[in-house]
Formats: sequence, C-alpha cells, structure tokens
Amino acid sequence: MEIGLTHFLIISGILFSLGLFGIATRKNAIMVLMSMELILNSANINFIAFSRFGGFNMEGQIAALFVIILAAAEVAVALAIVLNIYQNYHHVNVDEINKLKG
Amino acid sequence: MNTFQIVFYLFALIVIISAMGVVFSRKLMYSAFSLLFTFFGVAGIYALLNADFLAVVQIMIYVGGILVLIIFGVMLTTKITDLDMISGKTGKWIYLGASIVSISVLTLLVYMFNTVNWNLPGATAVYHDSSLDVLGTVLLTKYVLTFLVAAILLLIAFIGAALIARKGN
Repeated sequence: MEIGLTHFLIISGILFSLGLFGIATRKNAIMVLMSMELILNSANINFIAFSRFGGFNMEGQIAALFVIILAAAEVAVALAIVLNIYQNYHHVNVDEINKLKG
Repeated sequence: MNTFQIVFYLFALIVIISAMGVVFSRKLMYSAFSLLFTFFGVAGIYALLNADFLAVVQIMIYVGGILVLIIFGVMLTTKITDLDMISGKTGKWIYLGASIVSISVLTLLVYMFNTVNWNLPGATAVYHDSSLDVLGTVLLTKYVLTFLVAAILLLIAFIGAALIARKGN
C-alpha cells in the first residue's frame, strides 16, 4: 500500500490523543508540559504533511517553524512558573495548587 | 515493500511506542527520556516529508533546547534524595473518563482523515535538492513581519522567564 497523506495524519492523530490522555490524567505539572509537547508535535506533523502533499507548498513548513518557536517560548515561561510554584508549595501537583498568592 | 515504506513504518513505530512510554510511564525521568525518542522519530517523519530543514530544527530546538529545559525542570522540582520521582496517582474515574474521551477523539480523527476529500492544490514552489532555499526566500519576503515579531516574542519570553525564575522576587 502506497504511503499517502492519510498515513501521516493518522500518526498525528495517535500522538494527539496520547497527549490528551496525558494532560487529563497526570498530576505533575512537568508531565502535563511533556504531554503538551506531544500535542504540538502532532500539529506540526499535520502542517508538514499538508505542505508536502498539497503540492510542495511552503506555507505549511513556515507555520510549523513558528509553532516550534512558540513551543520554545512557552516551555521557558512555563518552567519558570513551575519553579516558582515549587518554591512556594514544595510540590508541583496541578490539582492541589489553588492559590494565586502563595 | 519498498524502502520508503519500511522507513516510514519504522519511524511510526518509534514515535508511537515512545509516546506511549511518555504518557503511561510513572517515573518522570523515564518519561523525559521517552520524549527524546519521540522527538527523534518526529524529526525522521519530517525528513520523510521532504522537510529537511525542519528535521534539523526539530532536533536542535526540541532535543537540544526544550528537552534539556524539561529535564532541568524534573531535576529542580523533585527532591533528588528520594529516587522515585513518580507522578502522583489519579482516581480511577479520571482514568476512565480520559480513556473514553481520547479514544473517541482518536476514532473521530481517523474517521475524518479517511473520509474527507481534501481537494489538494497543485505544486506551487517546487524544490529538488533542499527546501532551505525556498524556505529562506519565503521567510524573508512574504513572512518577514511574522519573522520579526517571532524574534521579539522569543526575546520577551526569555527575559520574562529569567525574571520570573529568579530567586527571591
């Protein structure tokens, strides 16, 4: 069977649902961040697959590049916030963090 | 079965198995190291899709930057002395609900991918050797404003992160 667009889209669908499961079930804030990276990667696979099979269109790769940039910025800020939460609470369980001013 | 198919299924297997390792593993460090293999597998899939520059960027930024930051986060937010570093348990109902939701999302997505007629356009920017030339030209002509805004966003995000993470503010 020839490898087409659908194969790549199905991989990204599997990655997306695994990331969704991880975000919903994990307590640790860093695990939630890792699952979020899975979801961002699945979106990127979609962008690049459409860029390849939509007639070598460059727009998809540009969008994927900006997604990677945004992911880097997001992880830096999120980890800074997680470190601050750890200083105040001495744990990073997302369902026990309920005060804005620690 | 030709080479392309074998390589594709190999990378697909790597991506899916290591992503399951990320999500289902209890220990944080095991998850972080599984994430490494997921990123490498995704980079291989980019290379299969003729996006060679993005495969390199994926390895450099995700593996060299984001993953190192995440491992630093794991190290700094768990007590190194207790070797467990496990993620806490959640209730059975949350597991059940999350499984139902994610499996139904997966079914919906696969059904959609198989049935929708995508109506793909013809080739617009054909490249033969590397995507880098075309990518650079498009990035510095049509998308130059987005490029500059992304650069300033990165600068602001990193200054903000350093400011937030500083001790005793």
